Amino acid sequence: MSEPTAREAVLGRIRDAHRLAPPPDLPYEAIARDYRRERSGTTEELVELLVDRLVDYKARVRRSTPAELAGTIAAALADQGVRTVAVPPGVEPGWFEQTDVEVRRDRPDEGAGLTVDELDGLDGVVTACALAVAETGTIVLDASPDQGRRLLTLVPDYHLCVVRADQVVPDVPQALALLDPVRPTTMISGPSATSDIELNRVEGVHGPRTLEVVVVS
Amino acid sequence: MSAVMLGMPTLPPPAPRGVGHLRGDESFPDAARHSLADTQLRANLGHATRTIRAKRASVVAELPDWEELREAGRQLKVHTMAHLPDYLEQLEAAVTARGGIVHWARDAAEANRIVTELVQAKGVDEVVKVKSMATQEIGLNEALEAAGISAWETDLAELIVQLGHDKPSHILVPAIHRNRSEIRQIFLDEMGDVDPDLTDEPSVLAGAARLHLRRKFLSAEVAISGANYAIAETGTIGVVESEGNGRMCLTLPQTLITVMGIEKLVPRYTDLEVFLQLLPRSSTGERMNPYTSMWTGITPDDGPQEFHLVLLDNGRTQVLADEEGRDALNCIRCSACLNVCPVYERAGGHAYGSVYPGPIGAILSPLLTGVEDNASLPFASSLCGACYDACPVKINIPEILVHLRARHTEEYAEEHTVPSVEAVAMSTLSFVMRDPRRWRLALRSGRLGRILGRRRGAIGEIPLPVVKQWTETRDLARPPQQTFRDWWAATHDGDRS
Repeated sequence: MSEPTAREAVLGRIRDAHRLAPPPDLPYEAIARDYRRERSGTTEELVELLVDRLVDYKARVRRSTPAELAGTIAAALADQGVRTVAVPPGVEPGWFEQTDVEVRRDRPDEGAGLTVDELDGLDGVVTACALAVAETGTIVLDASPDQGRRLLTLVPDYHLCVVRADQVVPDVPQALALLDPVRPTTMISGPSATSDIELNRVEGVHGPRTLEVVVVS
Repeated sequence: MSAVMLGMPTLPPPAPRGVGHLRGDESFPDAARHSLADTQLRANLGHATRTIRAKRASVVAELPDWEELREAGRQLKVHTMAHLPDYLEQLEAAVTARGGIVHWARDAAEANRIVTELVQAKGVDEVVKVKSMATQEIGLNEALEAAGISAWETDLAELIVQLGHDKPSHILVPAIHRNRSEIRQIFLDEMGDVDPDLTDEPSVLAGAARLHLRRKFLSAEVAISGANYAIAETGTIGVVESEGNGRMCLTLPQTLITVMGIEKLVPRYTDLEVFLQLLPRSSTGERMNPYTSMWTGITPDDGPQEFHLVLLDNGRTQVLADEEGRDALNCIRCSACLNVCPVYERAGGHAYGSVYPGPIGAILSPLLTGVEDNASLPFASSLCGACYDACPVKINIPEILVHLRARHTEEYAEEHTVPSVEAVAMSTLSFVMRDPRRWRLALRSGRLGRILGRRRGAIGEIPLPVVKQWTETRDLARPPQQTFRDWWAATHDGDRS
C-alpha cells in the first residue's frame, strides 16, 4: 500500500479523533443566533453615529451636500497640503472640478496601472466606498471601480474617502449581508494604528496616517 | 465503508518534539521564579493589562447582546469542529477554484519544509511576515534562516521582539513585557537607520518602525501570513490587524503564503458577523480594529498573483480526540484570557515556555504536545475562572485545566513504577477517610500541630519533602485544642450522629 498523502493523513486523523471522541450533534441551522441582526435608525441617526465613531478613532470627518462635494474635496486636499492624488478608474471626474491638484488615475485594465513606487511618490488617494458601518465607525472597500485596487488606499499617506449617506448601514451583520465575499475586501476603522506599546492606541504606522471621510447627504 | 475496513481508530500524534515553540526549557514554577523577581517586568505587565481590561470592559458594555454573541460564537465553533473534514474539503475546493494552491502539513516540520521550498522556488532570500501564531508555533523563522532566508517580522511588537533577540510573551502584543523606554533603547541599538534623537513617545517609536520597514514592504516579492479565519463556503481568508503591515504583506508582494491551523475554519461568510464583533472587542478593546483584509484565491491585477494556503495539523487532531479538552481548539486567539489572569499578570508570558501563554496556553500547549511534555502548565492557575468569563467563545478553561491535571496524574502513574509523593499522600488520605474511626484518630493527631505553631500562633516552614514546598510560602493556622467532632460530642450530650 502506498504512503498516504498529508491530506489523506490529516483527514484520516480527524475522522479517528471523531470516532474516539464523538462530537455533539449540532446542525448548522440549530446554532442559536439570539444576537441583534436587525438594528435600524433613520439615515440621519446612522450618519451621526458613524461620524461620532469615526472621530473617536481619530479619523477626520467633513459633511457635504452632493452639490458642494467638489468644493469640500478641494478644501480637504488644500488643508492637508496635498498636491498629487491617486484616483481609481471609476471615480467621477466632477469630484476634482474645483481643485488644481494633479489627479493620477489608475487604469490597470488599459495597462496603465500606477506602480508601487509611483504611488509612494503621491501625496494622497481619493476613493468612494462600498458601504460604511455606523456602530463601529468602519468604511468598507470592495475594489469596485470607484474604490480601485487595494494598493491604492494603502501606499499613499493620506486617504480621503467619500461616503454617501445611503451607504451607511447600522451594524456589522447588515454590512456583511450586502458584501460579495469573493471581492477583495478591506474594512477600515480609523487611520493606521497600533496598540503594541503599553497597550495604548497610537495612530500612524504603515497604512495611511491620515484618514479623512466626507459624508454626503 | 464497512467498520472492518475502517479498523480501530488510532489516537492522532501530538506536535512533534525538536521543532517549533510549544515546549519550554523549564517548568512553569522555575521559569516564573525568574520573572517574579523582575520588578520592571511586573510593572510593565500590570500597567498594560490594567489598560486593556478597562478598554475591553467599556466596549463590551456597549453591546447589549454580548452574551448572545458569545453563545453564537461557541456554537459555531462546536458545529465546525464536528464537521471539520467536510469544511476543510469545501475550503480546499473553493480556494483552488479561485486560483489558490492548497497544501496540507501533518506537523511543524512538514509545514516548514513546504514554505521553505515555496520561497526557494521564487529565488528570493528574504520574505516579509505578518504576525502569526501558527508560524511562531512551528518555528518557521528559524527553519527559513537555516535555509538562508531572512524573515522580516513587520508587526511592531514582533519587530521589537525580533530586534531585541527576545521571545514573545503575549498572543496579541508579543512585546507587552517591554515599556516605551526599553523599546526606544532596542530601536537605537538594533535598527541601524534610526534617528539618534529618537524619543520614547509611542507615536515617534511607531514612526521609526514605519521608516525602517517601508522599503522592505515596497520591494518584497514574497509574504508569509497567518489567518484569523477561513470561510469554507467561499474560500475567503481574513486577517485582522491594526498597523497596515498586514495589508502591505497581503497586497504588495506577488506571492503570498498563508499558514493556518485546521481549526481556523468558519462555515459561511455571514458567520463573520459573530466573530468580527467578538474578536476586536476582546483583543484590543476596540469596536473594530483599524484594518480587516479578506481575499479569495487570486484577483487578477489586484494583490498577489500566486497564493498558497498551508493547512496545519501539528497536534490539533490529537486535541480533537480529547472529549474534555477539545474546546481549546475553539480559541480565536484574542488574548482576553491573558489580560484578566492574575497568574499571567504576575508571571508574564515567558514563564509558560510555549508561544501560547496565559490560561489558553496552559490548556492548549499540553493538549498539543501531550500533557507530559508540558506537565506543569495545567497547574499554573488558581482556577479563579476570570478567563472563562472573558472568553468570547466561552471556552471553559478552568474545567479543562482540572481535566488536564487528572490526565497528568494518570499518565504519570502509567509511566512510573514508583508513585509520586502526591499519589502516596492521596491514597493515604483516601485510606484514612474511608473509615470513621481512622478519620477521628487522624483529626485528633492533628492537634500535634499545636506544638509546631506554639511560638507564633501559626505553623511556618516545615523542612520535610513536599511539605516544605507548601509551607515555605504559606503559614498554616495553629490547630485548635478540640476537633469539631469532639466539640459536637461534648456539647450535644454524646450524640455522635
